[in-house]
Amino acid sequence: MVVKMDYIKKQIKRKKTSDWVRFFAMWISVIITVSILLYIVGFILIRGIPHIRPSLFSLTYTTQNQSLFPALVTTIYMVGITLLIAVPFGIFTAIYLVEYASRGSKVVKIIRMTTETLAGIPSIVFGLFGYIFFANWLGWGKSILAGCFTLAIMILPIIMRTTEESLKSIPDAYREGSFSLGAGRLRTVIRVTLPSAMPGVFAGIILSVGRIVGETAALIYTIGSVIKIPESLFSQGRTLALHVLQLAGEGHHRNEAYATAVVLLVVVLSINLLSSFIERKFKNRL
Amino acid sequence: MKQSSAALKIRENLMRAVFFTAALASIVAVALICVFLFSQGLPAIFNVGVSEFLGGTRWAPLNSSDPGFGILAFILGSIYVTAGAIILGVPIGIFSALFMARMCPKGLYRFIKPALNLMAGVPSVIYGFFGMVVIVPAIFEAFGKQFDMMSGNTMLAASIILGIMILPTVITIAETNLRAVPQELYEGAVALGASHERAVFKVVLPSARSGVMAAVVLGVGRAIGETMAVQMVAGNQPALRLPWEFLKGIRTMTTNIVIEMGYVEYGSLHNGALIATGVVLFVFILIINTLFSILNRDKQEKRSLLSLRAKRGNPDTKLTKEQ
Repeated sequence: MVVKMDYIKKQIKRKKTSDWVRFFAMWISVIITVSILLYIVGFILIRGIPHIRPSLFSLTYTTQNQSLFPALVTTIYMVGITLLIAVPFGIFTAIYLVEYASRGSKVVKIIRMTTETLAGIPSIVFGLFGYIFFANWLGWGKSILAGCFTLAIMILPIIMRTTEESLKSIPDAYREGSFSLGAGRLRTVIRVTLPSAMPGVFAGIILSVGRIVGETAALIYTIGSVIKIPESLFSQGRTLALHVLQLAGEGHHRNEAYATAVVLLVVVLSINLLSSFIERKFKNRL
Repeated sequence: MKQSSAALKIRENLMRAVFFTAALASIVAVALICVFLFSQGLPAIFNVGVSEFLGGTRWAPLNSSDPGFGILAFILGSIYVTAGAIILGVPIGIFSALFMARMCPKGLYRFIKPALNLMAGVPSVIYGFFGMVVIVPAIFEAFGKQFDMMSGNTMLAASIILGIMILPTVITIAETNLRAVPQELYEGAVALGASHERAVFKVVLPSARSGVMAAVVLGVGRAIGETMAVQMVAGNQPALRLPWEFLKGIRTMTTNIVIEMGYVEYGSLHNGALIATGVVLFVFILIINTLFSILNRDKQEKRSLLSLRAKRGNPDTKLTKEQ
């Protein structure tokens, strides 16, 4: 204790004016960052919560009642279908990279590079591609399906990377144990490594659900903006985030926009919290 | 028994092939994106003329007698708002990262770190909506009368929102790289009589330079590609602006695409010009990403050099002890 007090005294004696400037610059920056975040979240919540009414959750959207329920259902459909497309590809790619490919092979390098490229492409470019390729070239039109495929490409790098990370964090002893008991590579992957990596994979999937729910730019010209509970894969739709965009842009329905933004924010934030919670559990266990 | 082992082998190889095929998906995706963007965008660029398209300042796609397809104003617009975001966001971001990496009390860190992760997850519509109802009116309130403004939808508003949006990216990457600086460097500086702040700013920060630069570059990538939040606050006038006209509305490459794509006819020159705007944006992003990976690689090489040196040091010290 005495040593520590001595150290602190010495430190304070050492500080010159320039050091105090640095000290306060760091503190003030962090305070600004955190308070901006709290302000944004708090502002939306305070403005929006009073306007959440049961009628916002009625089955159909009318000009009198800006129900968000159809958008919510569409969002859930989108999440399900997109994951169905992207998760197998993401997990299989990661399995190939970690368990099968020889390190430093050319294919692996190219896969790494393209995945990094995909991760860096802004969502409007994905939207543009989806509009050209899925909606027009393949002739699907603006539809749920076109939107899902666009989003699937977008979240592929997230799922791939998190799965890869968690597979890598499995100690090699697990694999060696499995091999020595006579299991082949495939059995080892299915029975040993993948199950132990599952929580990490799960955290990645939930993270990409957050991306899907919050996405707008990649969807606006791939799924259209009809607000109805979709009847088939080829009907147009509007997700929650697009609904917020539309309501905010129209300007007549500010209160409903706030309320919808609250629902969106709560959904996305709880998804992200869940993801980091699972990740932390996973790290503690290993 | 023998048969089943053969079946096993077939299954093994089959699944290996399945995994490999799936792994090609990202390659196929990138290839498709490149092929379709370029094949639809490049003809429009050549149709308009490369210099006319990239250097032209007149954007009048709906003027049937004399259409103009110059996107210089939007390229500059993207650069302006990104530069504004960097000026506003990066100093705060780097100071915050320094704080998180080298000063933060543990109890506070457990609160700030998850908050930052949440901030990264907030959808861009929410940022845009917030900008629309808080920042835009505030700017109008502050400068509206003085400068005879029509509304607060300005370059400044877009820069502020983007500055906020890049904070979590910049802080997270910069913090990781600042933490990776060997503790010995910091301890050496303090042992030589430097104060804590001096050691952090003059020793730790410079040795993480390329990592911090990588954080900034990634922030640039995020800012230049952001669409919805910018569209909601920037005003979107397709006019050429000068950097100091930050109290006027502006349109960026991303917002140009998203605003006009809604009513354009597929296959028309206008449509092609919008896709070509996407191609230019894509090229920008590719350059930025390459820069990012070069900076990151730099850092890794340096670190492995450091560890090599440390390893080489160890046997020597052992030798002297034995003697």
